[in-house]
Amino acid sequence: MNDFNFYKSQGISDAVEKIADQPDAKFIAGGTNLIDLLKYNLMTVSTLVDVNSIKEDTLSETDGAVLLNAFATNANTAYHPIIEERYPLLSKAILAGASAQIRNMASNGGNLLQKTRCYYYYDANTPCNKREPGSGCSAINGYNRNLAILGTSDHCIAVFPSDMCVALAALNATVCVTGPDGDRKIPFSEFHRLPGNTPHIDNNLLTAELITGIELPSKGFEKNYSYLKLRDRNSYAFALISVATAMELENNQITEIRIALGGVAAKPWRVQKAEDFLVGKTPTKENFALAAELIVEGAKGFEFNAFKIELAKRAIIRNCLMALNPASQLPGAQPSA
Amino acid sequence: MRTESIQPPPEAKNSETVTLHINGEARTLSVKPWVTLLDALRENLDLTGTKKGCDHGQCGACTVICDGKRILSCLSLAVMKDGAEITTIEGVAPTGDLHPLQKAFIEHDAFQCGYCTPGQICSAIGMFKEGKAHTEAEVKELMSGNLCRCGANTNIINAIMEVKNGGNYE
Repeated sequence: MNDFNFYKSQGISDAVEKIADQPDAKFIAGGTNLIDLLKYNLMTVSTLVDVNSIKEDTLSETDGAVLLNAFATNANTAYHPIIEERYPLLSKAILAGASAQIRNMASNGGNLLQKTRCYYYYDANTPCNKREPGSGCSAINGYNRNLAILGTSDHCIAVFPSDMCVALAALNATVCVTGPDGDRKIPFSEFHRLPGNTPHIDNNLLTAELITGIELPSKGFEKNYSYLKLRDRNSYAFALISVATAMELENNQITEIRIALGGVAAKPWRVQKAEDFLVGKTPTKENFALAAELIVEGAKGFEFNAFKIELAKRAIIRNCLMALNPASQLPGAQPSA
Repeated sequence: MRTESIQPPPEAKNSETVTLHINGEARTLSVKPWVTLLDALRENLDLTGTKKGCDHGQCGACTVICDGKRILSCLSLAVMKDGAEITTIEGVAPTGDLHPLQKAFIEHDAFQCGYCTPGQICSAIGMFKEGKAHTEAEVKELMSGNLCRCGANTNIINAIMEVKNGGNYE
């Protein structure tokens, strides 16, 4: 870690002003990813601006919609009675990520801003366009088992590793931010970026902007939902593939469905035409299989991760069937029997 | 590696004075902003029961209880814990006595090298407080942030389940 200063902010505007004055300063909330990146010298910082003084409730409810506090912990959010009852998909996805200790520390806003866990991003002795633009990508021809199959570019195949964000994408959440130029809202699908020619830019947050909240629309899909996470060990590992399904049924017909994938791209992956295809259909394995084909359309496998294309399709089918009976789901977002 | 150099800000990099309430005792110390809670416990306060395993949040050996919640001291900065109530393995039981989990770990042979044990026990205490682990499958899932490389995991889970079923862990 480099030497840095510490500033305990007195509130949101105080924190934003401090960062706006110092381009090399950063906000810190939970710090579970940032402190690790500082330890690896993958990031350097002049001042850490602590935003934990911004103490508010975990969430607030207005006209049926819910606003998550960006500074609340992942654990308090996942276990909040309103989230457990109305947005169980979000609760399950959060609890599938990291460990209990990390969820007790990590903030909701920070979850959106975590860095990829691409091996080469973390290995400062190798080229990486995300870490050092223009240096090249070591992963494309390297060991890429846990990397992307969708939305990749010739410059980067990193995966965005969050579980929580896969559920937020399925729920059509909105990210509320504030900055030197005031407040704005970013639809979840427009928050994270695909690598293209600028893989070092993970998201569309501007300099000195701070995430203050995450809005959840009133519809929580609490009757038919499922989060499935497939990984190399049963718990405390990043996803090879994860799937969030939120579904509404009427007379055994799908009236609305959202399917978001994690572990496959630099952002949670949704395909509108697959969801449109399923509306009006019966919730059968055959229909989900056809939708799965549409979701992975254009997928490109690399030497060690091509298996993820087939795995993704099977996970989509499995998870959509699991969503028909949420009570069958096991702890840790594992496949149900 | 990124080589750009960060210009130090104009203010001096002063040490910060923080007061940590550790195992019921207020301890005031002067630390640089980049000192982790783990290093402050071990190096400044000689509380070496909390272990440094990976130092990157991957193993759970450094788990302590902070304001009632289990956290990783290696990914916490001491300056961010000013005023916090912290319980380490040294404080889980009154002097001269053992916590029920410590007794159960001995009875179940729940360790070989013992390096992960303080973190396992602090984590299990935190898990009991959270009240979300009801079945063995849930205990395994909610203890997954604590790794044992010796292979004592089965005995660790057995020890925790015994204390949980005995209900004498408050």
